[in-house]
Amino acid sequence: MELELSDEQQVFLDATRRLLAAECPPSAVRALEHHPDGFDAGTWERGAGLGWTSLLVPEADGGGALSRHGLSDLVLVAEEFGRTVAPGPLLPVNVVADALARRGTDAQRGQVLPGLLSGSAVAAWCGRHPVAGRRDGDGLVLSGTCSPVEAADRADHLLVGVAHDGGTSQVLVPAGTAGVTVTPMAGLDLVRRFAEVRFDEVRVPADGVVGEPGAASADVERALQVACVLQCAEMVGVMDHVLSMTIEYLGDRWSFGRPLASYQALKHRVADDRVVLETCHAIATGAARAVAAEQDDAAELTSAAKAWIGPRATELVQDCVQLHGGIGVTWEHDLHLYLRRATTGRATHGTPQEHADRIAALLLDERAAPAGAAA
Amino acid sequence: MSTGATTTEAAAGQEPEIEPVEEFRARARAWIREHLPPAPEDPDDRTEARWAHERQLQRLLWEGGFAGICFPREYGGLGLTPAHQRAFTAEAEGYDMPFATNVPTLGILAATLVDVGTHEQKARHLPAILRGEELWVQFLSEPSGGSDLAGVLTRADRDGDVFVLNGSKIWSSGAYVADYAMCLARTNWDVPKHRGLTMFIVKIHQPGVTVERIRQVDGSEEFCQEFFDDVVVPASDVVGEVDQGWSVATRLLVHERMAVGGGSPYTSGRPVGRETGGPSDDLVELLRARGLEHDTGARRTLAEAHVQSLVGRHLVRRVTQGMACGAMPPPAGAIMKLFHGTSIMRRSELALTLAGEDAVAWPTDGGPGSDVGVSSLARQGASLGGGSNEIQRNIISERLLGMPREAAGDHEVPYREVPRGGGTR
Repeated sequence: MELELSDEQQVFLDATRRLLAAECPPSAVRALEHHPDGFDAGTWERGAGLGWTSLLVPEADGGGALSRHGLSDLVLVAEEFGRTVAPGPLLPVNVVADALARRGTDAQRGQVLPGLLSGSAVAAWCGRHPVAGRRDGDGLVLSGTCSPVEAADRADHLLVGVAHDGGTSQVLVPAGTAGVTVTPMAGLDLVRRFAEVRFDEVRVPADGVVGEPGAASADVERALQVACVLQCAEMVGVMDHVLSMTIEYLGDRWSFGRPLASYQALKHRVADDRVVLETCHAIATGAARAVAAEQDDAAELTSAAKAWIGPRATELVQDCVQLHGGIGVTWEHDLHLYLRRATTGRATHGTPQEHADRIAALLLDERAAPAGAAA
Repeated sequence: MSTGATTTEAAAGQEPEIEPVEEFRARARAWIREHLPPAPEDPDDRTEARWAHERQLQRLLWEGGFAGICFPREYGGLGLTPAHQRAFTAEAEGYDMPFATNVPTLGILAATLVDVGTHEQKARHLPAILRGEELWVQFLSEPSGGSDLAGVLTRADRDGDVFVLNGSKIWSSGAYVADYAMCLARTNWDVPKHRGLTMFIVKIHQPGVTVERIRQVDGSEEFCQEFFDDVVVPASDVVGEVDQGWSVATRLLVHERMAVGGGSPYTSGRPVGRETGGPSDDLVELLRARGLEHDTGARRTLAEAHVQSLVGRHLVRRVTQGMACGAMPPPAGAIMKLFHGTSIMRRSELALTLAGEDAVAWPTDGGPGSDVGVSSLARQGASLGGGSNEIQRNIISERLLGMPREAAGDHEVPYREVPRGGGTR
């Protein structure tokens, strides 16, 4: 998150923190472990009421940003989601809202966005890998499997990329369309639900296409960038909270007649972790700025952030588990909630290795890697 | 400022108006294009010819009215803002500038003099520095001291209007070509460590001062050791107060961190610290030369180095901003310093991985890996100089995170009673 916030951003952040503190303490997160959606509909709608789903949507469509680029505001929420391991489909709903706001037809925006903005409807993004498709009259027929797809089981709408005729399209498929099978999966995060989505000869009419047919690869890339920026902000929030919690613990806990915090071996470990945290803040913020302003280096900084933060997020939390001692590997301690979230963020929407490959392609192949190349 | 004084003067008796940044930029651009030579091929050239050339470049800036952009007008500077300095630096990209004069002369020693020097000291030295006539270095570290910077054994004994210096300093970069140093010496042995130090301005080339160059593992001979035998220093060359030298040193170290981190308003031209923020062109070239464009392992190694460079650049930006806006306290500079040190270690390792055998044997006329092996020998330099990584970790954990301080055997003890081991380094 930026070091200097505007007054509007600070008010928004404070309101978000109050809602999360009141409705999503760790006990509430734990209580949702077996909930089919992994989040409370009421809490989600109250968050949507604060603006969690409307920042990437222009005012004309019912949304509105606090600053010049709504993504700079939205990362504040994503980072708080990390600090509190909050439940809710923040990433998929915003990625889809962004795509519709930018490329959707009047009808798509008018019919789908209001539900996403109010929190009553949920959308899922099927990821950066397009499924196979072919033209069928003025529509498309698609077949293929996407997995894991966040919030797909709860979703009312699915945004999916389709490769056909040498190009890529994006289509919005209503849940329950004939030929769509959503199979819930078990997962690492207690409240983040994933599912496998199978498209079996699914026919999408022309009015389901989002943006220019056959020319949506840049839109898929944009969706990936927004997803990664939100993930990175969330992972940084996880790291920030866990490290603060650990430093406090080291001060409180005594061994051999002195606080653990007084041992230089531990102080130096914590100092290294603190540097890692600051580097992650720095590159996450750099990527968020670049994607928000659609800079030329947005793809490069997004992949740099994901490649850098992913492994460091899990490593930092694991180091904090070690610094906590045995309590850190118990179910009752909250550390594992954070470890689950960090590990999930690291692996989805491109592993660190896949994003490193995108960086290498930018440096060596003298062209931007297409979104699907992170495979 | 001599010629080219074009800063708008308002009516006599009023504050001069500050030239708008964009007007200054346009004027600087025109001047730079006409007067500055292109950037040198070897940015690390430290031959005596290069030093002489740097003095001429500084003189050129002075004559053009572009020396000391953020230095006070009273002492020969332009009295402009960091925004003016940034504009000039941006316009000077790709041109030759007195880069090595930036650090330590301008960014550290002259900056400290601006803060704590007397009027006479500033009037005597700052214009001379800005004209390229004086290069300065710092005499802080000692052979026996290591990280214990305040554990100074060099002594300065008062004799009427003068002090007499005896002892030795080490790790001063470029002292053999420099003219003056700020030298920290002990003037009182009956008080605890930090309270008996005094900072002096010492003329380097004078009777009693011997400068020896130290050959480093990579063959360079930049670092020096100095020996003082009854060196006479006038009391008027005390910087700050007698026995208050540690506060001057602290001020100096703040400027050092800013200058080395690339955030000093007193340096001009390309910022230092290229290693963490620089491009990956050299590694791309190396990888291509070895035919590894399609090797997955090599590609990921390159990507890691590039990502680390990008992260370093954003970290400097973030921490500099944090310290400027008050979101981070001054010790946060240690975050940049520690990352700088550790990332150079890692980058060297990645370069060795990419270079393979080319790092250890190359054609006599040079090869793409010839620098990699040699520079790896000195890679720990950035983790040692200016406060070791271990010291930065202490600073971060204690002063930034509030963890308990290390126990010390010299706390509140008169310095003459502090136990000292027998080692000399």
